[in-house]
Formats: sequence, C-alpha cells, structure tokens
Amino acid sequence: MNFQIIMLLGQDGITNGAIYALLALSILLVFTVTRILLIPQGEFVSFAALTMAAMQGGTPVRLGWLLLALAAAAFVMDIQAGFRRDGRLAIRRGSAFGLLYAAGLTALTVLVPLAEAGVAVQALATVALMVPLGLAIYRVFYQPIAAAHPLVLLIVSIAVHVVMVGIGLLMFGPEGARTEPFSDGVLSFGMVMLNSQTIWVVAVSLALILGLYLFFERSLYGKALRAAAVNRLGAELVGISPELAGKASFALAGLIGSLSGILIAPITTIYYDSGFIIGLKGFVCAIIGGLASYPAAAIGALLIAQAESFSTFWASSYKEVIVFTLILPVLVWRSLSHHGAEDEE
Amino acid sequence: MFAKRLAVPLLLGALTAGLAAGAEAQVKIGVVSSATGPVALVGIPQKNSVPLLPASIAGQTVQYIALDDASDPTATVTAFKKLITEEKVDAIIGPSGSPNAMGVIPFAAEAGVPMLAPVGSAAAVLPMTDQKKWVFKTTQNDDLIAEALLDHMAKTGVKTAGFIGAADPFGDNWLKVFAEGLAKRGIKLVATERFQRQDTSLTAQGLKILSARPDAVLVAAPGSASVLPQTTLYDQGYRGKVYQTHGAALPDFLKLGGKKVEGTILAASLMLVLDQMPDSHPSKKIAADYIAAYEKLNGSKPATFGANVYDAGLLLERTIPVALKSGEPGTAAFRGALRDALEQVKELAGTQGVYTMTPADHSGFDARGRELITVSGGKWTLVK
Repeated sequence: MNFQIIMLLGQDGITNGAIYALLALSILLVFTVTRILLIPQGEFVSFAALTMAAMQGGTPVRLGWLLLALAAAAFVMDIQAGFRRDGRLAIRRGSAFGLLYAAGLTALTVLVPLAEAGVAVQALATVALMVPLGLAIYRVFYQPIAAAHPLVLLIVSIAVHVVMVGIGLLMFGPEGARTEPFSDGVLSFGMVMLNSQTIWVVAVSLALILGLYLFFERSLYGKALRAAAVNRLGAELVGISPELAGKASFALAGLIGSLSGILIAPITTIYYDSGFIIGLKGFVCAIIGGLASYPAAAIGALLIAQAESFSTFWASSYKEVIVFTLILPVLVWRSLSHHGAEDEE
Repeated sequence: MFAKRLAVPLLLGALTAGLAAGAEAQVKIGVVSSATGPVALVGIPQKNSVPLLPASIAGQTVQYIALDDASDPTATVTAFKKLITEEKVDAIIGPSGSPNAMGVIPFAAEAGVPMLAPVGSAAAVLPMTDQKKWVFKTTQNDDLIAEALLDHMAKTGVKTAGFIGAADPFGDNWLKVFAEGLAKRGIKLVATERFQRQDTSLTAQGLKILSARPDAVLVAAPGSASVLPQTTLYDQGYRGKVYQTHGAALPDFLKLGGKKVEGTILAASLMLVLDQMPDSHPSKKIAADYIAAYEKLNGSKPATFGANVYDAGLLLERTIPVALKSGEPGTAAFRGALRDALEQVKELAGTQGVYTMTPADHSGFDARGRELITVSGGKWTLVK
C-alpha cells in the first residue's frame, strides 16, 4: 500500500461514489414526492447503458418498442380514466402527444443508423428514450394506485423491478456490454494519474447535482415538487397536481438513471441485471440520508464508495458483506437519535 | 350449425390422435435449463439446442420435456421432482448451473434417474459417491483444462502467478485446481482475488495483483464476466501473460475485450477454432454439423454451452439401444440399465471431444477434449 495505490483507490471510490450519489438523490426525490421506493431505479441505469451499447454495436434498439408499448398503454388508460370521470370519450392532448412522441422516436431509432452518429447523438437519443419511459412507468403502474399505502407501492415497485429485469433479458440478451469511452487519454498530475472518464463522471454528476439544486430552489416547478414532498394534501389544496408531481419526479428519475448508465457504461461491463446491485447501493446511501436529506445522502454515497474501494483491496471476497453491513450502525444510530415514528403512516 | 356439429367429433378425433401419439412416445427425457435469470447466457443456447436432440432412437420415439428453472436452485429441485414423479422420465439433461446441479443430485440418485449435467464444476462428478454415480457430466473437467494452461505456463518459464476469479463455485473450484497445479510445477501463487459478476469496478483487485508483480495471471469467470478483470489489468499497465479458462470461450469475449485481450491464452473446446482443426479430429464433423443445424434453427452461432446439451443427446443415442435390452422404457430396470450403459461408453465422439466413461470418471474427456487457443488479430487462433 503506497501513495499511488491510495490515490488510485480513492479515485475509483470517487467515480463510483458520484454514480451512487446520483442514484441516491433520485431515489430520495421519488420517495419524498410520491412515497414510492423506486427499486427499478437501477434498471434505468442498465437499460440506458445497454441501449447505448446497442446503438454503437449497430444492433436494433429495442427500447423504443418498450416505450411505444407503455405509451400506448398510458394512452388507453388516460382515455379510460377520462371516460370514467366525464362519461364521454375524449383524447387528452398530453397523452396523445406522448404516444406520438414515442412512435416518432421509435421510428427514428429504427430508420436512423445510430452506429455512426457519434457519442453525443447516441447519448442524447438514449436520454430521449429513457425520460419518457420513466414517465410512462409512473402513469401505467403507479398513478392508478398513487394514494395507496407505501407498503403497497413498495410491492408494486418490486413487481415492476422483476418485470423490467425479465424484459431486459429479452431485449438485450444475457451477455454484458460496454460502450466506447467519451474520450481516451489519461491526465497526470505529478504522481497522480487521472482517467479522463473519471473526470467525465465527476463533472457530469456535479453539474447534475447543481442543476437539480437550481431547479428545486429557483424554478416554480421545482418549488411545486418540493411542496408536494413536504405535504401532499396541502400542495393539492394550493393547486399543485400530485399527478404532475409524480410524473415529473419519475421523468427526473429516468433522466438521472440514464445519465448514470451512460457515464458508467464505458468503465465497466453492464448486464441486463446489473441495475439491481447498483441501485441497491444508491438505496443504502439514501437510507444514510434518512430518506429525507439530500446532502447526507450524497456524503453517504462518497463514504460507501470509498469503503467499498478500500475494503475490496484488503479483502475482495467480503466486499459486499462489508459494504452492506455499514448500513446497520447507521440504522441503529438513527433509531436511537430519532426516537418515535417520523412517518405518520 | 353444421360446422358446430362437425367440430366436436373433429376435436375428439384430434385429441385421441394426440393421445395416441403421446402413448407412442415411449422414451421420455426431461430437460432443465436456465433460460432466464443470471445463468441465462448458459441456459439460452442449451434450451435452443433441445429441438436438435435425436427424435427417435432405436425405433423408439423420444419425447423431450423442457423446463426452465430461472437459474434458481430451488426451482431446479421442483422441476426435477416434477419430471421424476409426474412425468416419470427415463433420464434428465440439465441443469445449467453448477450450484443448481449440486442441489438435485440426491433426488436423481434416490429416484434412480440418470442425470446428464452440462455444468462446468467437476464437483458434480468428483469425488465419486453412491449418489454421484447417477450423474454424467458432458463438459470437460476443470482440471483437464487447467492442466493445459499450467503446462503452457511451466513450458514458457512462468515463475509467479496471480489468480482472479468469480466469487462463486466456478471460481472456487478453479482456485483449488489452479493452486494445486501450480504447487506441483513449482510456480508460486502470489495473489488471489475474487469479484462479483456485476461489480462495476475491479480497480482494487487489479492493483492488488499488480503490486504482487506476477509473471502470469489466470482469470476464472464464466461468460463475459471474464473480460473486465483483464481489461482492468491492461488499463493499469499490466503487460504479463493473461490466461483464461474455457468460461471465456464466447464471441462476446472478443467483442467486449477488443485490443485489450490480444494475446490471451486459453484452453477450450475445438468449436472455437473449428476451421483450423485437422479433418482427422474425430469431433470436427460432429461439431460442424451441430453448428450448422443450430444456425439454421436459431439464426445465430451457438455457444459451447449448447453443444454440451447436444452431446447429452449423442450419449443417449448410443446407450438407449443397449438399455432397451434390459427393460421397457419407464421402468426402473430400464433406467438402471441406461446408467450402466452410460458408464460403459467408449470412444464416443461428441462435439467437443471424445467420451470414454469409466466407473470413476463420469466426464470421460481426454486431451482431445481441449485445444490451446490464443487471441490473435481479434480472432481465436489455434496455438501450434
């Protein structure tokens, strides 16, 4: 163990920590706004990574068809809900637009040869597919039961996760994939070597965190989302639609998940079922933040990732044991320091 | 009205015809594979190979009952019990994963049903016990493959070696076989690291190996999980020799690894380098036929895992005629005779080598079951 190894391990921890932090923020965001524990968050990561790899490999981009199917289901459900409310069949502009968007995008992924399009276009196309996918997942699976007990929402989350893993196997096959790095090359500062992909991960994560901060602090929509998170009923009384809040939080989850997937795909091999373990670590970090505090979750993410990196160096066989055991003292401490139920449910 | 009156007898006729066909299918073979779940990359080519198994043997129609265990060892047990008690199968091909296979051996042995396991781990047939005598393995034992690698290391002057393996039974068994082989040849094992298939970063393991400075490193992981350790080592500047097991013998290994896996040495079945093999090799034609039939059916090249199921079909083709002399299919006498016949198989050429079973060796491969292969110019190349 010398200085260089410490630096390399630290760098590895920071790269992973940035991803975990993003996922933790996303899980927190969705939980505070909708009371849904977003277990499929990891699938957003793996789906994005594998879709990007499919684009680069020149194989069919099947995610478009999934989006189209979900958008069609959402369209039908919107009409049905409208009929039940007003007693007449009417097409809402939003859902029609969603279906048209999905159809158009799917057609584009089939027709445009994305393999030669360059990394930026591929990344953009992946995000353009994933964000409405998150939205459609909320519309189809969660919106009809938005008022249910959090336990019911959790069970639905698990079901959605299991189904998405199965669909992932169907769409992407059992083999793993990885994508081209955004840029080759290594920067060296004296003894410390910095991988350029690490810089990308950290820079994009920081930008995203800053963007989210500005969104929540400065924009009206962000403030509305925060209001919905603080008090659902109160927010509804002042005219904030819980439906919109739910959809917005899932669209953001899709955005964060897909960016995380695009960022780590060049570093590692992603499998159709990789999402769960990545998402689980994001979840552990969110727990450290008490499922309430964004900064605590982000700091927790960095700590978890560093612990993971160094414990792997010392005892690679027991890595997961060490990482997931870390959550126990945090839970004990939380239950001792916050006596009583925080959650009225 | 007329159509309706006609429909019922037609339907009944079809049903009885179906039943008659069912009664004709005398030999029943169960197939359990992991077409979904984490072992799917092994299970999918196996499931896809079932239609290529022989449809009739020695005048008997063979019925295959294929089940998916979703890579879950508990589901494998359920599938085996169902096949044995409800379907009363004469033999079972499967399952795909080593942990799954270990869990069902007692049930197969208790019911006296021969089990043809296309799994990697030698623990399925070694050490031989009263239960394992019902198990036959259609893959090369790890030690057979390891021997080729270890001999190559010794021959090329490797003095120190590192090991990085999957944290599962596959990695466990390889570590055992590898460490024993190294000790025998006087090579020092200086680093042993483990990892999970879904790990996003192997930086720490790579650094640990790198700081031990071994002459060669063996990566032991099934499927595309074998790529990341090697590319990590490459990125960290390791330029020693890297060895891979037959677990890496997949097209995806080349696709994912690219230039970074150039020069890798592995021992695997001849299926990878079929066009470079001499025509005299007994397996060449069989493997070529299998690949062609699989490609025609599924539109893609098969992984070697599918060939292991196909070989199980070849073994049955050889042994069912022998077993028929001792009893009717569906009886314990038939199944026992089938087991005895499998143990007596001699010089049967399969897709990946030649089987010669003995009471002690239920895998039956010899040196013809492995070839030393290297990656050169992005292609599998036979080491001459």
